[in-house]
Order: sequence, then structure tokens, then C-alpha cells
Amino acid sequence: MAKIKYIEFGGTEHEVDVPTGLTIMEGAVKNKIPGIDGDCGGACACATCHVYVGEEWTTKLPEKEGAEEDMLDFAFEVKENSRLSCQITVSDELEGLVIQMPEKQF
Amino acid sequence: MTDPIKTDCLIIGAGPVGLFAVFELGILGLSAHIVDNLDKIGGQCSELYPDKPIYDIPALPECTGLSLIENLQKQIKPFNTPIDLNDRIDEIRQEQNSWFVKTTQGKEFITPNIFIAGGVGSFEPRKPPIESVTKYEGIGIRYSVPDKNYYLNKNVVIFGGGDSALDWTVELSKIAKHITLIHRRDEFKAVNHTVEQMKQLVSEGKVTLYTKNQIADANGNDDHLSSVSIKSTDGEIKSIDCDEVLIFYGLKMELGPINDWGLNLHEKQIQVNTEDFQTNLPGVFAMGDISYYPGKLKLILSGFHEAALAAQEAFRRARPDEVLTFRYTTSSTDIQKKLGVK
Repeated sequence: MAKIKYIEFGGTEHEVDVPTGLTIMEGAVKNKIPGIDGDCGGACACATCHVYVGEEWTTKLPEKEGAEEDMLDFAFEVKENSRLSCQITVSDELEGLVIQMPEKQF
Repeated sequence: MTDPIKTDCLIIGAGPVGLFAVFELGILGLSAHIVDNLDKIGGQCSELYPDKPIYDIPALPECTGLSLIENLQKQIKPFNTPIDLNDRIDEIRQEQNSWFVKTTQGKEFITPNIFIAGGVGSFEPRKPPIESVTKYEGIGIRYSVPDKNYYLNKNVVIFGGGDSALDWTVELSKIAKHITLIHRRDEFKAVNHTVEQMKQLVSEGKVTLYTKNQIADANGNDDHLSSVSIKSTDGEIKSIDCDEVLIFYGLKMELGPINDWGLNLHEKQIQVNTEDFQTNLPGVFAMGDISYYPGKLKLILSGFHEAALAAQEAFRRARPDEVLTFRYTTSSTDIQKKLGVK
């Protein structure tokens, strides 16, 4: 379990405990946090769970795989710290992770 | 004006579940007609992961999205079911115990049963949520090529790094005045061969390539696009003069007209009962990823089960005067005859 802070584009913050093994996308969807859609259900096939991870976390998270990088081509306003939140699985090490939502999912 | 097409069941969606529904209906002796808005069958299996492996289809230790669809196609071949592609159901209207259905292309159906096996909705091009880009949609900015010759001697800017973007860069470079290709990173998802062709065109000066850039804005007067602005990873903005823009950011899924049919929805899914997978509208069933009930799992195998049960109720609605007797394919000579087994 890890405490994850989701920040909506408008600045609204949601701090929730996400169980180990769920993805960051599932943590948002199950807690009804707006801004992450996850249309394909987590198959890395739609890019509607695009998020920005806090700067200090970019190097701590497992690296992006090819499929995630490919799928990010279809996200809006992609930055260096862009990730697809369905590809990040929660573990204790992610305690305090800060996730920012983009203005829009495509 | 032709009469509406009569069928025992209209199936929305030619994905794995829609295709398997044909089988379950067929062995009960019911006819079906499929409509799908993509240009090929297979739904997400063909569109999103044709070559990705699937490991959880019972008795198929490993298959791909494509091979699964090919096998389903083989399985339903005996029923000769019509499949209309590139069309979408826009309207459904109850007429006594039947449904009147109309498609975007103007096709009409009369049917006692509608199976919605629409996956996560219909695929629509992904459009940048930028106001100015929306403004020039259809008058300078497009998401597909209507006719290649339209781009003759034009200055074209193409966005994207996948097969569509690269294929059209190569193809249109033969007739356009100039092509500018813009992609957000240095690597391309398109097949190597096309990427090499594109790079060759860049070295010949026929194509200008900007990587690490994304679309930022579109500019022009009221009815005419004159340039697009792109923003680099470093935040630098550059304006590029152009006549036409093509954006290839893949497809996304929208529930579309289904939203307006008066169905009880659960977020982006349709609520059904787990006895016969009917929705709140009699004779309208939902199955596969688009259906919702407590405990729902978005698995292909769940969709197969849902289709089988829905077909039983569809029979009762299509043949109210007949008795449905449950038969196994293993032993029923009647079913085997329907399947063309000799």
C-alpha cells in the first residue's frame, strides 16, 4: 500500500491509499478521481490515463517499456515526465508519489 | 425506397463477441446481421492489438488478436451472415415487439433483437483538444485523406509517427508541393521500411522533419488555414506556413449515439441483467466490454458466455410460438446440419 497524491489540472488534490498491485490508473478510477479515463482497462492501448509524475519521481519509477512510449505518441501535451498510469504498479516504495493530471485526455 | 431488412438479430460490433454471437444464434436457427463502423472486422483485436498475444482464451494456450478473429470467422462461415462495415447505428425505435434501426448510411432494419457488442464504443480519430484546431477541422485540418489528389501541389503538414502518418508522408510527397512531418520524439512506431523511405525524402529535401515537437495552435482567417504552430520539448514555438494539415494520432473510443437510446448506463457501460443480458429495453441486449453487471470482467471469454445466454432469450423473442430445446453441438444432428457437417 502507498499513499498517492493525485492533483487535477485545476489544482484539486486527492490523497488516497492505493493497495499494492493495483496500478496508478486503477487507484484513480476506483476512487472516482476525475482526469484519468483508462478507456481500454489497462491494456496500454488507448493513452487516456496519461499523467505527469512529480519531477523527483521520474528516475525512481520503473522505466517505460516500448509499448508505453509508443502509446504516449497518442497523448496530448506529452512532456519528459509523462507516463501512462496503467503501466505503473503500486508498491510500498511509491509512498508519497505525486501524480499530476494533464488538462485533457485526448 | 427499399423495405427495411428483416433479421432475427441485429448485432452492433464485429469484434470477437459480436462474431461469436452469430454462432450462438445460428445454431438456434436464428439469422443475424452485423454492422460495424470500422473498415474491417475484429474490433479491438484487429484495431488495437492484431499481433499481440492472448493467453486466456479457453483451450487456446496462445493466439493473437488477428488469429482469434480468423478462427471466429471460420467458425461462423456456415451461417453466411452479412457484415456491413464502415457504417454505424444512429437510431433505434421501438415498434410493437420489434425494433426499427437506422444506420448512418441510411440502411434500415426491422428486428426483434438488438445485440450491442460494441466494445468500448466506436473508434473515432483522436483530435487535439485545442480550440483553433477544432475551428479549422474540415477546412484545412483533417484526420484522414479524403482523396489523394486533393493534396496536389499543396503545402502539407503531417502530425504523427505511426504507420498512417509515415505512409501518407511518403505517398503525398509524390504529388504535394512540400511535406512537413512533425513528431514528438526521434523514434517512430511505423514500420522500418517506411521510416527509411521518409528519411530518404528528408535528405532529398522533399520532406522537412521536426521531431520533439507537438501541435500547439492553428492560425488563419475565418475560412482559410494559413499556418500551424508547433511547440518543442524545450518550449520553443515555431510557426509553419501551410495549406493543409493532416493529424494522425490514432483512434479513440466513444460511446456515440448509444448514449441517446434511453439505456441505463453505468459510467461508459450498459447495465444488463445476468440472466439473459438484456438491458432495460426489451429485446436490446448488451455483451462484451460494453456491458456492465456486478462482478463484470472485461474478458473476451465473458463476452462469449454472455452472447450464448442472450441468444436463448433472443430465440424466445424471435420465435414466440416455438419451443426452445437445448441441444449440444456434439450430439445434435440438427445443429450439425446447420453447421454443414457431413
